[in-house]
Amino acid sequence: MKTVIVKYNAGNIRSVQFALERIGVNGIVTDDETEIRSADKVIFPGVGEASTAMQYLKERKLDQVIKNLKQPVLGICLGMQLMCSHSEENDTPCMGIFETPVKKFTSPVENLLKIPQIGWNNITNLHSVLFEHVPENSYMYFVHSYYAALGADTVAITNYVINYSSALQKDNFYAVQFHPEKSAEAGARIIENFLNI
Amino acid sequence: MLTKRIIPCLDIKDGRTVKGINFENIRDAGDPIELGALYASQGADELVFLDITATNERRKTLSALVTEIARHVNIPFTVGGGISSVEDVSVLLQSGADKISVNTSAFKNPVLIDHLAREFGSQCIVLAIDTRYEEGDWYVYLNGGRVKTDIKAYDWAKEAVNRGAGEILLTSMNNDGTKKGFALDITGQLSQNLNVPVIASGGAGTMEHFVDVFENAQADAALAASIFHYKEIEIPALKNFLYQKGVNMRF
Repeated sequence: MKTVIVKYNAGNIRSVQFALERIGVNGIVTDDETEIRSADKVIFPGVGEASTAMQYLKERKLDQVIKNLKQPVLGICLGMQLMCSHSEENDTPCMGIFETPVKKFTSPVENLLKIPQIGWNNITNLHSVLFEHVPENSYMYFVHSYYAALGADTVAITNYVINYSSALQKDNFYAVQFHPEKSAEAGARIIENFLNI
Repeated sequence: MLTKRIIPCLDIKDGRTVKGINFENIRDAGDPIELGALYASQGADELVFLDITATNERRKTLSALVTEIARHVNIPFTVGGGISSVEDVSVLLQSGADKISVNTSAFKNPVLIDHLAREFGSQCIVLAIDTRYEEGDWYVYLNGGRVKTDIKAYDWAKEAVNRGAGEILLTSMNNDGTKKGFALDITGQLSQNLNVPVIASGGAGTMEHFVDVFENAQADAALAASIFHYKEIEIPALKNFLYQKGVNMRF
């Protein structure tokens, strides 16, 4: 099985590669279209800023490559947000794989909300093969200031002042807002589930 | 619901952990990778590695070590100690660190925080502050607590957040090493007035101290070193205790 990690100007690529290595899988880091198209599984990671990342992907036509993939694709964090319709982060049109918009967390008047959300939060209403043998309310590691709203493609919900999509799924596209590569054993299980699709 | 975090801190010198005796269940307690992985398996929510090596060779040694930590540890970790440039940070993040912490270098050159936040995002920039209470207020100390400044900890924290620091690691020098509890007042002042997470450090001696810092000072995370290294408090028991007391914990 060939597992590819899409290389672009985003952080956490190394962490994803190490997480694969810990479960005995060699992840090939590449931005080559042919390599990506020929993979059995594609992981689209991401830590960074939406407009810069989208611009980088567009310049290399990687946005079109990713959008047209037929094999299972897993977006992580910013990767997930870029697969959505639009991000409020610098008003960025994204790939539109999921119809969900991406919004910024806002502090309610009555209490101070810390932004970004940093830390472990639980995932609920799990409806995806990604979560096989992952119990309801499992804790995952999140670091983000923007979130995907709830919608038709929501397959996991997390609450940080409001309920939002902590995972999305549509056809062959899967995406998680948290970092499975940093979420201890439960996160490793999700990566394994993805590789077993 | 977002949980409170328990963070063991490992001091590193020449690629080895400085503290860390008394671990019969691991082969080499001086090995930061093995000790870090052990804490992760016990339920630590994050790790902080503080490099106190002073030699010129440190940078190379540190990035190699960070790569090995990232390879073996499946939870997030922060690396700090002597970081003073965008290039330092770039090397450490590319090696696999999730966050970096800056202290003296940022105080002396605050625009460094702006540059780091713009380049890498606020989420991976932790501002570490060493502070001491004297003459009625909490003042910033530099160079590992050796150099006093006349700037108040709260003012510096606020400025750093405005410049893009994504988290504050606050160590009270009055409390550090006393095992008499965290500095609740200054931790609370920062945590309740800044819109970034605050990690409390210095003074942990009992499990009740952690309840106090989470419940009374509303810290987002608590950091400790020796009580974990010397097994005076073990992480699973601590997290169970906190959970019983109504503090949200990850299990």
